[in-house]
Amino acid sequence: MATASIPRVRLPAQAKPGELIEIKTLISHEMESGQRRDSAGKVIPRKIIKQFVAAFNGKTVFEADWHPAISANPYQSFFYKAAESGEFTFTWKDDDGSEYVAKNKLTVG
Amino acid sequence: MVLKSVEKTRRETLTLAAMAGLALLIAPRMSLADEAAVAAEIKKLYGDKKLESGKIKLDVPEIAENGLVVPINVEVESPMTDSNYVKTVHVFADGNPLPGVVSYRFTPACGKAAASIRMRLAQTQNIVCIAEMSNGALHSVKANVKVTIGGCGG
Repeated sequence: MATASIPRVRLPAQAKPGELIEIKTLISHEMESGQRRDSAGKVIPRKIIKQFVAAFNGKTVFEADWHPAISANPYQSFFYKAAESGEFTFTWKDDDGSEYVAKNKLTVG
Repeated sequence: MVLKSVEKTRRETLTLAAMAGLALLIAPRMSLADEAAVAAEIKKLYGDKKLESGKIKLDVPEIAENGLVVPINVEVESPMTDSNYVKTVHVFADGNPLPGVVSYRFTPACGKAAASIRMRLAQTQNIVCIAEMSNGALHSVKANVKVTIGGCGG
């Protein structure tokens, strides 16, 4: 079932100063809850993305701690008030220590 | 001798099969969190601080047909300035194996304290949302979601 986790991010490329933009993110991940059992009755070990971090020009603007109750292929949306041009860095942190990263540029003006 | 060994294998196989069957019977009856578990989580975070109502708009479906994917949108009323903003929002579910769902940390740069995600719900239950403001005030709201098909691999 394990597939490569590919992040997808949707946000406008340009915004006016002070404009509120919505950022929509999606990543492919099974989000194995650690609550399920296989056919032999053994618990399938937990493997989820436990944290999502959004930073703009290196400064964290939004963070989310995800618990096993988050659905597979997690979707997360939030807002950002455009102030200056720069680059977003989105990081998804997996239980196994791996990190999935996406970067998106935003031009303000 | 040959017959005996075959029989032993068969007995082992049957025992294994019986055990697997038993496990399957037990599996769906996993222990679930309850209102007390959610209250304990909140107490762990904020002690006995007063929870005010209002300010939070919690958007969840009244009836969720599929407990595996239940959309939840939380929006907290706030000017989101450097001196007055929403710091943290915690979401709990009182009928899942674990009470925690998601915790958000906002900053004034967000401009608006709102976020959407999709969650799993094992059964019909209450969603509890706690918002912590930058001045320390706590707000809470509760909503019930009826789940037709549970979403915990049962």
